Amino acid sequence: MQFGIFSVGDVTPDPTTGRTPTERERIKAMVAIALKAEEVGLDVFATGEHHNPPFVPSSPTTMLGYIAARTERLVLSTSTTLITTNDPVKIAEDFAMLQHLADGRVDVMMGRGNTGPVYPWFGKDIRQGINLAVENYALLHRLWREEGVDWEGRFRTPLQGFTSTPRPLDGVAPFVWHGSIRSPEIAEQAAYYGDGFFHNNIFWPADHTKRMVELYRQRYAHYGHGTPEQAIVGLGGQVFMRRNSQDAVREFRPYFDVAPVYGHGPSLEEFTEQTPLTVGSPQQVIEKTLAFRDYAGDYQRQLFLMDHAGLPLKTVLEQLDLLGEEVVPVLRKEFAKDRPAGVPDAPTHASLLAGARKDVREDVREDVREEGVRA
Amino acid sequence: MRLVVVSAGLSVPSSTRLLADRLAVGTAGRTAAEVRVIELRDLAVEIAHTFTNGFPPPPLADAFAAVAEADGVIAVTPVFSASYSGLFKSFFDALSVTDEDALAGKPVLIGATGGTARHSLVLDHALRPLFAYLKAVVVPTGVYAASEDWGAEGLDGRTERAAGELAALMTGLSGADRPRPRRDSFEEVVPFEQRLAALRPAG
Repeated sequence: MQFGIFSVGDVTPDPTTGRTPTERERIKAMVAIALKAEEVGLDVFATGEHHNPPFVPSSPTTMLGYIAARTERLVLSTSTTLITTNDPVKIAEDFAMLQHLADGRVDVMMGRGNTGPVYPWFGKDIRQGINLAVENYALLHRLWREEGVDWEGRFRTPLQGFTSTPRPLDGVAPFVWHGSIRSPEIAEQAAYYGDGFFHNNIFWPADHTKRMVELYRQRYAHYGHGTPEQAIVGLGGQVFMRRNSQDAVREFRPYFDVAPVYGHGPSLEEFTEQTPLTVGSPQQVIEKTLAFRDYAGDYQRQLFLMDHAGLPLKTVLEQLDLLGEEVVPVLRKEFAKDRPAGVPDAPTHASLLAGARKDVREDVREDVREEGVRA
Repeated sequence: MRLVVVSAGLSVPSSTRLLADRLAVGTAGRTAAEVRVIELRDLAVEIAHTFTNGFPPPPLADAFAAVAEADGVIAVTPVFSASYSGLFKSFFDALSVTDEDALAGKPVLIGATGGTARHSLVLDHALRPLFAYLKAVVVPTGVYAASEDWGAEGLDGRTERAAGELAALMTGLSGADRPRPRRDSFEEVVPFEQRLAALRPAG
């Protein structure tokens, strides 16, 4: 199972000091956080994509390319890449390029975005959100697998004989996750392709996440990719830890109370009861995270949101130390227990490449057999 | 048969609740419906949290489910600034973002209270369009009660007429071809090929 962090990339004043970091400071902080993730033994760093203040990460592959050069093991991903408003041709090119630079340590999470005006800013219509996700991804999927693509659709200029470059590393497309909080259509899309499904699991009650994941698992099996238990599921989560849980609550409350997304709403206590947010000791985080399996089944990837709401970099790095040293090692051990044999690991470039070579070998054997029959 | 009463009165006792109860008694007497009263004052914080969180907290989700499953609804609001109260509107806003078809095809009796009869057209200028937008079947007679009506003749007649109309719609519309149970997008997945094919250019 993979563990990692995902960042929204918000530039938010620290409510305890009133100080707002500059964009440069925030961008550099995201990089420092990614490097720290590798240092403490996490597997994945994912960045959001936004095109409006107060967010900085408008250009994820630029940032991930830089991080790739400064890391050895970390898988670089997104949370999410806007499949609706980006040109699928450019996504195909950017992520294939990143694959080469990062020696395959790349996957990507598709999402529709949650900011209405982004659609018109990029010449799109938000009412077509689902259809854009469907059509754009269908094209992207082909561009990574075929050369000389002829294509015609509703939302983009047609292509005749188009080959996106560079070709994916070793001819293997980056693994794709489809992220959605509330649209069953996207769970269905992920299932259709046999791709991964990611639920951000942050703002919504567990019961809702459960229904989305169940639908994806059922439809994954329906499309013949394996059993429901073999579907590739990722979950988000949100934690703030101190060794003593009272200290965690005391320190996080001022950030929670005015946080951009849920601030000025329910109390910290209500929110932790109703959603997967955990504020407390590493042990409490371990217990709550292990319980995700009760409603999502055995899953492949757990990402935590750690750097948001104006938390200072120093605090976030301390959080990552706790996560890497005290939480994730226990989670790895506990999640491995009772994990049914058929449940796969999250796909990586190496595993996808091995799978592709095996398919080729089987095809060759098939050809040889046919030759034999003819002879 | 289930009747849900939504009352947006704020004081205790409240004349809004009093009107709501009289309408409920009149309707229940004609339908033998089981009555559930939802006092929005008790859910005010949860309603606000639905806007900040994106999902209704459990007590409000329970109220939404009751509305969605009801055979008829009585909705009564005090008049604030020439319209329904903000809390009343917020309840139905939060309901429709959670379950956009919760009121579709459902008989709804509208009522309002105010300090003066000068606001009585609030029923037809504010409440009726709101429920028309929410695809409800709004009972022809709405009931407005000004302070002076509680000491005058006529309110009981209007209450009875409105209750009779709601009861008739509830029994008449509660046949086998009701649009309920409500649509559940998790159980009605459009197969992906169909979604993809719909985008394919013709020819």
